[in-house]
Amino acid sequence: MGAGHAHKLYRHGHSPVHGLPPHTKLAAVFAFVVVVVSTPREAMWAFGLYAVLLVAVAYVARVPAGFLLRRLLIEVPFVAFAVLMPFVAEGERVDVLGVSLSVNGLWGAWNVLAKGTLGVAASVLLAATTELRELLLGLQRLRLPPLLVQIASFMIRYGDVITDEMRRMRIARESRGFEAKGVRHWGVLAKSAGALFIRSYERGERVHLAMVSRGYAGSMPVIDEVTASRAQWTYALALPCAALVVCLLGWTL
Amino acid sequence: MHVPDGFINAPTSAATGVIAAGAVAVSLRGARREQGGTSLLERSRELGGERTAPLAGLVAAFIFAVQMLNFPVAAGTSGHLLGGALAAILVGPYTGVLCVSVVLLMQGILFADGGLTALGVNITNMAIVTTVVAYALFRGLVKVLPRTRRSVTVASFVAALVSVPAAALAFTLMYAIGGTTDVSIGKVATAMVGVHVLIGIGEAAITALTVGSVIAVRPDLVYGARGLTQKLKLRVNGELVDAPQAEPEPAPVAARTSHRKVWAAGLVASLVLAGFVSFYASADPDGLEKVAADHGIDKKAEDHAVADSPLADYGVKDVDDARLSGGLAGVIGVGVTVVAGSAVFWAVRRRRSDDTSPSNTTDSTDSTSATSTTSV
Amino acid sequence: MTDVTPSLDVAGLAFAYPDGHQALFGVDFRVARGERVALLGPNGAGKTTLVLHLNGILTGGTGTVKVAGLPVGRQHMAEIRRRVGIVFQDPDDQLFMPTVREDVAFGPAAAGLKGPELEQRVDRALERVGMAEFKDRPPHHLSFGQRRRVAVATVLAMEPEILVLDEPSSNLDPASRRELADILRSLDVTVLMVTHDLPYALELCPRSLILSEGVIAADGPTGELLSDEALMRAHRLELPFGFDPRSVTMSA
Repeated sequence: MGAGHAHKLYRHGHSPVHGLPPHTKLAAVFAFVVVVVSTPREAMWAFGLYAVLLVAVAYVARVPAGFLLRRLLIEVPFVAFAVLMPFVAEGERVDVLGVSLSVNGLWGAWNVLAKGTLGVAASVLLAATTELRELLLGLQRLRLPPLLVQIASFMIRYGDVITDEMRRMRIARESRGFEAKGVRHWGVLAKSAGALFIRSYERGERVHLAMVSRGYAGSMPVIDEVTASRAQWTYALALPCAALVVCLLGWTL
Repeated sequence: MHVPDGFINAPTSAATGVIAAGAVAVSLRGARREQGGTSLLERSRELGGERTAPLAGLVAAFIFAVQMLNFPVAAGTSGHLLGGALAAILVGPYTGVLCVSVVLLMQGILFADGGLTALGVNITNMAIVTTVVAYALFRGLVKVLPRTRRSVTVASFVAALVSVPAAALAFTLMYAIGGTTDVSIGKVATAMVGVHVLIGIGEAAITALTVGSVIAVRPDLVYGARGLTQKLKLRVNGELVDAPQAEPEPAPVAARTSHRKVWAAGLVASLVLAGFVSFYASADPDGLEKVAADHGIDKKAEDHAVADSPLADYGVKDVDDARLSGGLAGVIGVGVTVVAGSAVFWAVRRRRSDDTSPSNTTDSTDSTSATSTTSV
Repeated sequence: MTDVTPSLDVAGLAFAYPDGHQALFGVDFRVARGERVALLGPNGAGKTTLVLHLNGILTGGTGTVKVAGLPVGRQHMAEIRRRVGIVFQDPDDQLFMPTVREDVAFGPAAAGLKGPELEQRVDRALERVGMAEFKDRPPHHLSFGQRRRVAVATVLAMEPEILVLDEPSSNLDPASRRELADILRSLDVTVLMVTHDLPYALELCPRSLILSEGVIAADGPTGELLSDEALMRAHRLELPFGFDPRSVTMSA
């Protein structure tokens, strides 16, 4: 029900990657992406090696290629943009099949595609192997301000509830013969959005009451604390470390 | 306009990350004050309940949901809210920054929507710039316009309208510093701003309608109009004994003392914005690139990441010069009208409030709000 | 009933909201330990306002509320909130944590419980409502009836002196309604149940209070109150069509 995608992102499994503590995975993915972004775009082979690294992780995590590829579709809008770049960029131009293209633009397009795709793939792997709740625990462990973690956790808990309310309001509108076709109908849609805000805010107040009733005084009690052994850290950081070696080679070669 | 990894180089991403972290830290403090208590259970706060987390969490969930609500434009195309301006007006700027930041964070981690290294860029543009610009403008306008619900709607419209191109400009600035590649800054700026003026019009209409519908039912929930509704309430039920007691709540008082500052910030922001735009319009586009080069930030010539992803998000094709200048002219028009209008009405209002009660300046103010909307 | 401290002792409670609307006009009643009492009343009678006074969320009026002898007031707030468990009407408001287990653990953890002791407390509370196998599920994947049972567990985990339920039978299908009734009957805590559902009150609570216009208008055995047609009509309470409280035999 509701925004089903919130849990479709996760693929249940018991692979070594699934089993790693969430904060080590978050740290590893973040470090990996930083390394990728810092790699010179001329070192094309380096990006190939990064892709190989990610494929290896996907293999260990038993995330099927089809799943990964489908989730990569999210980057389609900016692929479309990247395709434009050779046409609009300045500088030296080359003729390819009779079309004049900017050399810099081609490099730029390659740069964006390669780095963007690797970034998306890494995030997809993270989301596919880590449960929502674990991600929150991981963020908490990585010393994200507790209030921010609480906000995120409430957002995730009530995202479905509110999307579901929105869906019911749409059904109610449509049952009475209303169908939004154009700008003329924005007023009605905005009224729904306004009503949704009021409901959300009032629910926030009620949730607060329920929390206070159970002894909440401003900070969440720590119920679960995730910990990682040295071995687990080593295992998780193998990915960014390998990437760093590739990156350094890319700069020197 | 979620920026993916690789558009902005590493040093600039890191720098925006620091900016974003700082702003979020400030907001974490500010939000506690904002969510002190608005409705019937004001006393729960003194009993040790911290309301920020559940309220901001629910509002974040709301923003997240409402971004999925499609507003059909015409023939199969549709738009949706970005929500920065809406959040700022409904729950206050600090909570707004937090909510949108959390939404962006979760979108980045869960949906790979927006790169992890670009998180700083995305939060700075979409959570901080939109919210701050929108709220400053909104407060400025509410202060200047007559105290009616319609003014709140008009102010929301203008605030949301300007906030989106403002974020686009902020992105352009980051691109100028750390984007590099040979798409000229001028092109990026004009294309970004042009497109985002269009998006801004949609955002403005939806935001204004939504704020209008909330204020019609629960005016006490619209943070940005809190001082206003309380004044109104007093006048309507003057006979209520408890009404004056409810007035000196800590939150509104704090808001009142900072009114002037907020309002001044609004004017400065719109001035800066308008100035920025006209600078781009008039100056030789290569000039800015030189500025970026002089700063020495883009000396890593190898690391030419390329730029305007936001365009891609909204499927905009190569924009020729005529359209660019058209879009630009629009922004300048809006900016200048807002600034001029605000200045005039501030002057008018001040004079009137000196000799009469501040309630009736209706006719003149209405005409400005009209100009500011028609110039769009 | 008189020699032991009552679980709940409300005396002269009056309260007005900041906007001037007065909701309670001097409420007096006592609930002895282990009793199950229904609080009946039409919409707007002040039932919710009264409930929010029981654990000190609303204060500032006149009169006193004592929970097991402890006055509700700022100095004992944490202890009061542990002793009074309120189950709110919408379980989605009550279940705010990502998983059932964490939600049930919230209250005891806020009171300082940790580790295996906490774990044990959670398991026991979930077993009492028959939801032990749903421990690691997110609450929004449960049915409405299951969510309400978990909501009861979140409060039971705090081992309260008195369990306060706001409209426990609302939105439940007949089977979930009966399951919840069985659970409530099996608990050995004091129960105060706020409800419109008169047959449910009769089924579960030997004694009832009628709150009307901010005061306790009647206090007596549930069967007798429900059979008093004049009283019922005076306070806008109506039995379902064809339901005769005299024909029902009570099992207390």
